Amino acid sequence: MDRRAGLVLAGLTGLLLALSGLWLFQGLGTGNRGFILELRAVKLGGLVTVAASVSVATVLFQTVSANRVLTPSIMGFDALYVLLQTLLVAGLGVAGFAALPTGTKFAAEVALMTLLACLLFGLLLGRGARDIPRTILTGVILGVMFRAMSEFVARILDPNEFAVVQGASFASFSRVDAALLPFAAALTLAGIAVALALAARLDVLALGRDPAVSLGLRFDGMVIGVLALVAVLVSVSTALVGPVTFFGLIVAGMAHGVMRSARHAALLPAAALIAANILVGGQLLFERAMGQAATLSVVVEFAGGLFFLYLLLKGRIR
Amino acid sequence: MIQITGVSHRIGTAPILHDITAAMPAGRLTALIGPNGAGKSTLLRLIGRLEPCQAGRIEVDGLDVGRTPTERLALKLAILGQQTHIASRLRLRELVGFGRWPHHRGRPGPADQAAVEAALDAFGLAGIAGRFLDEVSGGQRQRAHIAMSFAQATDWLLLDEPLNNLDMAHARALMARLRGLVRDGGRSAVMVVHEINYAAAWADHIIAMKDGRIAAEGPPEAVLTEAVLSGLYDTPVSIGSHLGRPLVLHHA
Repeated sequence: MDRRAGLVLAGLTGLLLALSGLWLFQGLGTGNRGFILELRAVKLGGLVTVAASVSVATVLFQTVSANRVLTPSIMGFDALYVLLQTLLVAGLGVAGFAALPTGTKFAAEVALMTLLACLLFGLLLGRGARDIPRTILTGVILGVMFRAMSEFVARILDPNEFAVVQGASFASFSRVDAALLPFAAALTLAGIAVALALAARLDVLALGRDPAVSLGLRFDGMVIGVLALVAVLVSVSTALVGPVTFFGLIVAGMAHGVMRSARHAALLPAAALIAANILVGGQLLFERAMGQAATLSVVVEFAGGLFFLYLLLKGRIR
Repeated sequence: MIQITGVSHRIGTAPILHDITAAMPAGRLTALIGPNGAGKSTLLRLIGRLEPCQAGRIEVDGLDVGRTPTERLALKLAILGQQTHIASRLRLRELVGFGRWPHHRGRPGPADQAAVEAALDAFGLAGIAGRFLDEVSGGQRQRAHIAMSFAQATDWLLLDEPLNNLDMAHARALMARLRGLVRDGGRSAVMVVHEINYAAAWADHIIAMKDGRIAAEGPPEAVLTEAVLSGLYDTPVSIGSHLGRPLVLHHA
């Protein structure tokens, strides 16, 4: 890694540490400090976990699809997760759903989600990887189909069950499930470690199929593996805060812009750090400075949508 | 040598290759010629394991392409396809650097860097090595891709229409470099070429294909005859001679 990349990463890490410190200790007061600190730490952990998983998943997905405009969410990954949740609630009822042990349930969901995503998107990208417009369209249609199916199932639920489903299908950064956090954080860490270990191969993967095969990369296996990794990371973020469609897009775009390098060893940490800075800084601003007058997820989605349009208009879809 | 035995191939339901048996000699520059749709690129892609072999057997210096680990093959042969679009934003030096990947698998050493600089020099790219791929012309990009395959330093170099986008001087320089690699470097090369006079001037061995079959095979003097070429392209051609090599004339 060159000097500049190292400096940028160090700067981003410093900023994140400063923001985290501010988040934890700003206006702590003299009351029950331990309680408040714990609350804040859980939320901080949730934000950082979500930021890292969404951003790394997006960069990985863009590498596999050889496209800078796609995100796992546009392709319906998180809609698939919500559909799974809805089906679970419909099948087990609220009591059954709530009675499932958090860790086991989450692990099973992630496994199922990974399997489905590999099947669906592996077929899609394996066959049509060279036909990007068709891939995007199919993904969007799949996403809509998953959402429609969730809504259909939600319609036949009773109002209590529906409320549980609804909680899972809207993004909110203020709702972090403390029981889920250890599992989610562990999975994210493992996922990012795998991605970093594969960084050199990801660089080759990004060249496209023909050059990568010529250089001796096991391309098809690599594609499936990376998609599985994306599925795991998306499950983590969706389980923690719900679907965030455009956030990954902004972050991946910024990471490419800031690093000015296609090397994943630099891109992946940069994306994760930028994402964490945006989420922690944004939540700090909205929750403390603006007194919850606006919602971070809405603003992020709005800015992300604009950025998406900008990419489209600039002709960066390739 | 590359030994192709009984290879047939279909894309969808369309038959592309019919029971091809052929050999490409080691230490020679082999040219694959033939009209559009003859199956030249498909055959090259099968040898380079860019497509899985559906029927038959392909061996490169005794290594079965279907069974040899792909990492091992990457040290034996380099293939450059026709599609050279790359989604990520790379500098020319980075792209050529990937040619060394089979050797270092992610940890380039000083030897790799030297090989990259040598490849950049060899293809006249040293002056623009710091530019991004989307900031250079089509011909320069094409040369960068060839330089990447060159840097891979394999016994076999398979090139699918490497002369695309190259001007006369660079096309000639590429052919001269390929022949130099073959004559002096002990390497072997196979290339698909449409401009038949490049094959006539530089190739040691020519394989002519038509409709998924081998139409003729042999040294240039044997294949580049009026009878063979007129039948191959369904177009009357006459053969002259220039500097002791055949010269194909097809002006009406």
